[in-house]
Amino acid sequence: MKVALFVTCLADHYFAEAAADAVRLLRHLGCEVSFPNTQTCCGQPAHNAGMAEEALKMAEHTSGVLKDAEHVVVPSGSCAAMITKAYPALGLGNGPSSRTWELGAFVRRHLDIASLGRGLEGRSVAYHQGCHALRELGLETESIELLEGAGAHVVDWPSATECCGFGGLFSTKMPPVSTAMADAKLDSLPQVDWVVSGDPGCLLQLSSRARRTGNDLRFRHLASVLWEAADGRA
Amino acid sequence: MDVRSRDYADLARTIIEDTPGVRKAVSGATAAFDAARRRAYAEIDAEAWRRWAEGVKNHVLTHLDQYLEEAEARLQENGAKVHWAGNAQEARHIVAELAQARGVRSVVKGKSMLTEEIELNPALEERGIHVYETDLGEYILQLLDEAPSHILGPAIHRSLEDVQALFADRLGTAADALPDDLAAAARTELRARFQEADMGVSGGNFLVAETGTLALIENEGNIRLTTSLPRIHVALVGIEKLLPTFGDLAGFLQLTARAGTGQAIGCFVSLIQGPATAPGDDGPEEVHIVLVDNGRTDVLADEHAWETLRCVRCGACLNTCPVYKQTGGHAYGWVYSGPIGAVLDPGLLGLEQTAPLPFASSLCGACFDACPVRIPIPDLLLHWRRAAQARGLTPLSERAGLKAFTAMATRPALYRYLGRVGPRLAGSSLFRRLPVLSGWTEHREPPEPSPRRFRDLWSEGIGE
Repeated sequence: MKVALFVTCLADHYFAEAAADAVRLLRHLGCEVSFPNTQTCCGQPAHNAGMAEEALKMAEHTSGVLKDAEHVVVPSGSCAAMITKAYPALGLGNGPSSRTWELGAFVRRHLDIASLGRGLEGRSVAYHQGCHALRELGLETESIELLEGAGAHVVDWPSATECCGFGGLFSTKMPPVSTAMADAKLDSLPQVDWVVSGDPGCLLQLSSRARRTGNDLRFRHLASVLWEAADGRA
Repeated sequence: MDVRSRDYADLARTIIEDTPGVRKAVSGATAAFDAARRRAYAEIDAEAWRRWAEGVKNHVLTHLDQYLEEAEARLQENGAKVHWAGNAQEARHIVAELAQARGVRSVVKGKSMLTEEIELNPALEERGIHVYETDLGEYILQLLDEAPSHILGPAIHRSLEDVQALFADRLGTAADALPDDLAAAARTELRARFQEADMGVSGGNFLVAETGTLALIENEGNIRLTTSLPRIHVALVGIEKLLPTFGDLAGFLQLTARAGTGQAIGCFVSLIQGPATAPGDDGPEEVHIVLVDNGRTDVLADEHAWETLRCVRCGACLNTCPVYKQTGGHAYGWVYSGPIGAVLDPGLLGLEQTAPLPFASSLCGACFDACPVRIPIPDLLLHWRRAAQARGLTPLSERAGLKAFTAMATRPALYRYLGRVGPRLAGSSLFRRLPVLSGWTEHREPPEPSPRRFRDLWSEGIGE
């Protein structure tokens, strides 16, 4: 199966190893992975800021970059939602929307894999549900099934589905509110080995706030954890 | 109340930093409401109910003139007097004139956001008429001289300790009085006010066009007393509150209660069919319905924002909103707060006065899932954001920054080149001084860039 990776601007620069792990995982699962080199950003920052013209330019650019891709896999639920939900609303209904997947959903639903291996045996994990994956794409169980399928214990985290407070530009426009939201999530965390999320933006928000408050929790991108699940590395 | 929505960011900061008790009180109370709503939705086919309710409200809003005329005719047949108020000033004038002409000295009120919106209380007090709020939360706020911070729980930002101290001082209750004792003290105090009041003022949850029935939902019984004990009852009702039929009302009473408090139906539902008709009958001698526009027609004319008028004021979007939870309603600077306020206030007041509100959201989408009438709040937030950007109501640096980013990100070679150095600067002192980015580092460490970008790893070859 041919898959184009849309790495996203945040993963490219801040979660490069996790994105590489996504490539390793997809190849391991038999996919032929390509990386269209002219890709940049999906355009969500402009879209969510209400900059309609700029959002359209970015969406057109990305649609062009991905026009020949059979399947597009994105290591971010938020950016995947931008491509699948917002592009049609911007008038780009014939773009890559219907062929684009968030990583966990692609593995669990499209490749129909229930267990990648037992590489997460004995690990306790808090899974942060990214809002756009959860509420725009309706992805609630896919990644959790993969984590549990590999032996991880996904803990009951009362605020797992609550927003981390990132919200892109929101995090810098309303810093006290944004960080109070992160605190609400972090304060309710049970004891775990890792906090895992499929969204780079949420991970940046939560880990940056945790470091500021002297919290040494370990935050990991879903892609790295799933590769570890498949590869069996400790 | 003065509109302070332009100061949202500052108001929110002050609340979070200076009054941490507000965040605690609001988070706790909204979490309980939200959990109750989820349970109550799970008991029914909530999606089907919500779609039905959306359809009914859309039908009303697209035939509003017809239903308003029908409602007026039925109300008059029932013996109620109908008044039309185009704006807040007219609405205040109608009620104040009514009161004065009838020698009213004292008014009891049920909770009504619309009376807050039109600032009714000061207008009555100016004429020497005493106004007593009778909802427990509103009563607390009247003693504190504060505005409501939530549609359903107006004093949600106040803790039990706050109320214990207030009532000990004003009503002479024990410093550690239990909630039941506090409510009993307020009840005793208010009972006298009910008995002496000449006029009761209420809002209205729904107005049925078919039957001219005014419906009110509550849990305390104070609205029942307000609308039945004094000789005059005045209800202020927004023109969007209409329902076509009595059958529709049956559905909306249940859905609104489930959405707002998780109840199957409110403890008290008052269906008001007009004044007492014969001597000796219960009920007021006069019933007046004041139908208030105050900007609603303008919202209805907006091809996107009109959907906001489906709102039944249940508060479900506030209860589920992670942004609202951190501050409560006062940060929003006007009567309607939370997600619905962020899309309704720009429509009612204009964007110039409210521009920061549509940006007071992380666009998490929880509000849409909670809304019993499926108002697409996230889409409407984007709608108002686009309008704010187009009209230059956002910081110039923000617009310039996004334009520059777009210019760069649509030129892949430039993007690749700048991407090599940009994130490295994130940890530097320069990053902390840039206006947009200093908002990040004020409360958070700078993000840690990967040692090598993904695209560099890719070009070198990623082995298994």
